[in-house]
Amino acid sequence: MKELLKKMFLVDLIDGLRVTFRSQAPRKIYTEQYPAERPRVAERFRGAPRLNVNPETGQTLCIACDLCAVACPEHLIVVSSERNPETRRKELTNFTYDISRCMFCGSCEDACPTDALELTQDFELAGYSREGMIWDRKMLEEGPHPTRYKW
Amino acid sequence: MTMTDTFLDSTELVLNMGPQHPSTHGVLRVILKLDGEKVLGTDCVIGYLHRGVEKVAENRTYAQFNPYVDRMDYVAAVSNGLGYCLAVEKLLNVEATPRAQAVRVILTELNRIGSHLLWLGTHALDIGAITPVFYCFREREESLKILERYCGARLTTHAFRIGGLQYDIYDGFQKDVLGFCDMLSPKLDEYEELLTGNRIWIGRLRNVGILNGDDCKAYGVTGPVLRAAGVQWDIRKAVPYSGYEKYDFEIPIGRSGDTFDRYLVRMQEMRQSARIVRQAAENLPEGPITAKVPKIIKPPVGEAYVSIEAPKGELGYYVVSDGSPQPYRVRVRPPSFINLQALDRMVRGALVADVVAVIGTLDIVLGEVDR
Repeated sequence: MKELLKKMFLVDLIDGLRVTFRSQAPRKIYTEQYPAERPRVAERFRGAPRLNVNPETGQTLCIACDLCAVACPEHLIVVSSERNPETRRKELTNFTYDISRCMFCGSCEDACPTDALELTQDFELAGYSREGMIWDRKMLEEGPHPTRYKW
Repeated sequence: MTMTDTFLDSTELVLNMGPQHPSTHGVLRVILKLDGEKVLGTDCVIGYLHRGVEKVAENRTYAQFNPYVDRMDYVAAVSNGLGYCLAVEKLLNVEATPRAQAVRVILTELNRIGSHLLWLGTHALDIGAITPVFYCFREREESLKILERYCGARLTTHAFRIGGLQYDIYDGFQKDVLGFCDMLSPKLDEYEELLTGNRIWIGRLRNVGILNGDDCKAYGVTGPVLRAAGVQWDIRKAVPYSGYEKYDFEIPIGRSGDTFDRYLVRMQEMRQSARIVRQAAENLPEGPITAKVPKIIKPPVGEAYVSIEAPKGELGYYVVSDGSPQPYRVRVRPPSFINLQALDRMVRGALVADVVAVIGTLDIVLGEVDR
């Protein structure tokens, strides 16, 4: 009898609607208006790579040890270096990083002994060409220069 | 009117469901043999998402392969990473430190809750209930935020390393995790209010796709599908790994093994997971986060099999080492692939709409089925 009355008076429907209407308040809106409202990603976020330089001297922190290239599962890092005949130390000449094949696992960052290679909070990596996805040393040090459009 | 013998007389119809059908959860193609609305037989065509992950493993070092396992069951990437790390650790004969084990348990259980929330939302969407998907994704977002703050990625996390962890917990980790557990319980009540008593929900799920315990065992079906059939089997209790024996939790089981029971079991499982997370976060041991593992991992010649309780069922990793830095062979026992085999048994004689409900409730992830 109770079941029949429950069915007749649509109790289950009203129960559900109550939940729905409880969530209608404007302060309960969770949607992010993405391009207008930037999401704040976490501090440890793994995004676009960056090659750090010493902020005082402007010299690269990379010692061309090649550990990042060895650690990379996709083999997408190429470190070129030449040995300085005076100091007998390896010096970085070029560093290429193929963003299009990267899966942002962070293995290269973990392997770096001098914290030169770092994955930053920059997450907008779209580009117009595949060639443009292969970042060289200059790009990695300065960061990408995206075209800003008016929104 | 007399019946003439043309192809129109045939009562059987072959229908392709998928690979683009939204309720096949990815790229599963099911060939249905129909008599009107009644399903006479099914045939699953898989392989649309095959990437050869097991073969990739043979060309990568042990540490390099670690991010790839996240791409199999991408909804519960953390569980995949845990299984692989445990298998390689068994080969190396090392054990993660107590702190690492506790953090692993917290993250794995958070990911299980996230996986079940995604399942609940999309399953309800398949059945026709639109609202739960928004609510479930809202709560799942909170669990993903904790993962992002911990390891820097939300979906394909690469959270664990062989021998322990790469990152220690961040400031406020425990507060975030406990806050999530506090928030979850009333939200689960809310979903139950929306769904459990709803007449359409019950009508669509009750006595649909029944798979009893014996059939489950015969097919090798594991996870919530097995437990809904009344079999109390959970790897976390049966063969505890990563310190699960320290936590107090129950294995929810169902009675009849129909779709509605599977729904109830998963809802209960989320509550139990929150219970485990709370226990682990409240008594997080201090200490190092990595065990002593050589820089270049070269396990001795041998093989190891480790299975864990992933959100979908028993996830097994079988790793064979020939002493080189690269695995000789990695074989994955994916729960989704094996659970999918029971689909034909479950939907034979049912209606087309029930196929959608059964696929939804099996909770398959095609990345794991195809690998």
